[in-house]
Amino acid sequence: MNIIEVHQLSKTFDLHILHDKQITALQHIDMTIREGEIIGLTGRSGSGKSSLMKCLYRTYLATTGEIRYASASGVIDLVKADDHAIIALRRQEMRYCSQFLSVIPRVPAVDVVAEPLLRTEKNKEEARARARTLLEMLGLPSGLWDAYPVTFSGGEQQRVNVARAIIAKPRLLLIDEPTASLDVRTKDVVIGLIRDLKQHGTSVLCISHDEYTLSTLADRRLHLQAGRITPTVTEII
Amino acid sequence: MNNGNHHNGAATAGGVGPAGIAGAGDNQWLLRVRNLTKIYGEPGPRTLELTGPEFSSNICPDTDSIVACAEVSFDLYPGEVLGIVGESGSGKSTVVKLLYFDLGKTAGSALLYPYDQGQTNMLEASGQQKRRIRNHLMGMVYQNPRDGLNFHFSSGGNIAEKLIMAGQLHVGGIRERASQLLEKTEIPVRRLDDTPATFSGGMQQRVQIAKAIANNPPLLFLDEVTTGLDVSVQARVLDLIRELQQELGIAMIVVSHDLSVIRMLTDRTLVMKNGRIVESGLTDQILQDPQHAYTQLLVSSLL
Repeated sequence: MNIIEVHQLSKTFDLHILHDKQITALQHIDMTIREGEIIGLTGRSGSGKSSLMKCLYRTYLATTGEIRYASASGVIDLVKADDHAIIALRRQEMRYCSQFLSVIPRVPAVDVVAEPLLRTEKNKEEARARARTLLEMLGLPSGLWDAYPVTFSGGEQQRVNVARAIIAKPRLLLIDEPTASLDVRTKDVVIGLIRDLKQHGTSVLCISHDEYTLSTLADRRLHLQAGRITPTVTEII
Repeated sequence: MNNGNHHNGAATAGGVGPAGIAGAGDNQWLLRVRNLTKIYGEPGPRTLELTGPEFSSNICPDTDSIVACAEVSFDLYPGEVLGIVGESGSGKSTVVKLLYFDLGKTAGSALLYPYDQGQTNMLEASGQQKRRIRNHLMGMVYQNPRDGLNFHFSSGGNIAEKLIMAGQLHVGGIRERASQLLEKTEIPVRRLDDTPATFSGGMQQRVQIAKAIANNPPLLFLDEVTTGLDVSVQARVLDLIRELQQELGIAMIVVSHDLSVIRMLTDRTLVMKNGRIVESGLTDQILQDPQHAYTQLLVSSLL
C-alpha cells in the first residue's frame, strides 16, 4: 500500500515584496512512497529536494496538485487539510528532520531528543532514558547529554537532531541529509537506526548527496532536476 | 480566514471541570471566535469597508472612528498554542483583552467549550458569569506585571487571591499550592511573603505566570510577556511557558511582535495588520512560506 501519493504537485513562490517576482520550485511532481519503503531523494543544490519535502510536511503550501497521505485514521490531502489536522499528524505520525538542528534555548540535549515523547508519554523518565540510549548509540559523549546543544559542534548537533527525529518511531519520516557531517562509524549507526525504523513499518523520504548512505539505505531513488522528477529512476532490489 | 471545518458541536455530555474539558473529542475546539470586532467611536455604515490593510489604516475616513480589530475569527483547540503577531496598533492585544473581558466588544462572538458546552456567547454573559469564567477557566499574563499583580500583596498573597476567587478557601491548602507554584516557576519559596515590588522583572513575570495558572485553567493568554526583559531572562520565561504547556497541556494564545518568541512557542499563527487578520497558518509555514505581502515583509525583517 502507498502511504504517500503525490499528483501533479507544483510550487511557485510569489514574492510580493520583490515586485511580485515568481520563483518556481517544483513542477508537475508525481511520486509515491510505499509503506515501509525508503526513498532516496537526489539532485543538485536548488533542484527542489527540500521544497518537495517541505510541501509534504506543509511547511510550504503547494500551489497546485494533491498529496494523498494514508494516515492511521484514513486518507487525507496534505495540501488542503485543515491546520489542526496537520498539527495532529505531526504530533502523532509524521516527523520532519531538517538539515540543521533548530535549538531551543535552555533545553538540554536529552530533553531536546525526548521532547516528541514527553508530550504523549506519561513516564517522563522512561522517555529520557530512551533518549540517552539513542545518544549513546550515536556516540554523543555522555558529558554533553545535559548540556545545551547551542554550543555543540555541527556533528554533535546532527546526532541530537537525528535522535529527536526517530525517537517516537513516526509512520512517515522526512529526513534531510541525516549523515552529512558525520564520521563513517556514526554514519553506519544512523543508517542502522533508520533501517530499524523501516523494520518497524516506517516509510522514509531521505535527501542525501552521499553515495554510501544512498546505496546502503534506499530501496529506490528519485532524482530531481530543476523542480521536476527526471524519468531515470533507479530501482534497487 | 479560518477554513470552516465542521466540528461536531456539544454532542458530548459529562462533567466539565475547570481543569480540562472532559468529554471533548479530538475534533472539539476549546475556543471558537467569530467576527470579533472592537471599534472606538461611532462607526459609520462604511467604516469596515474603508479600513484595513488595503488602506493601511484603521481609522474610518467618514467618521474618524478607530477599528482596533474587526472580523477576527479562529478556532483554538485544547492544548494548542496559537500566536498572534503584528506591529504596534495591529489589534493583537485588543483580541486577547476582549476575550479576557478587559474590554467590551463592539460585535462578534466567543464560545468557550467548558462554559455551557460552547452554546453561549461568553462575551454577552452577565458580569457575574464573566467573573466566574475568568476565575475558573482562564488566566492572563500581561506585558506589565503591574497589570496582573497586586503590588501591595505578597507574591503568595497574589496567588492566594486567584485561588480564593476560584473558590478555594482552605488556608493550608492555599499556602501549599502557592509554594508549589512558586517552586514550579523557580521562585525561591522563602520569598513567598515578599511583595513583587522587591522582585526583578523576570521574577515578577514568573509570579504573574504562577498566579495565572493557579486555578489550572484550560486557557491562558500571554500578552507580550517577554518584551522588555533581557535575553537570558527572556529565555528563562519562555522555557517556563514551554514546560508548563508540555506538562499541563494548557491551550495558549501568545501575543507578540517578536517572531522568535512565536517560532519557539506556537503551533499556529495569526498575522494581524490594521485590525484585521491578513494571514493564518502553521507557524513554520507562516515563517518560511508567507503568502501575504505584509507577512513577507515582516519575515524578511527578522534578524
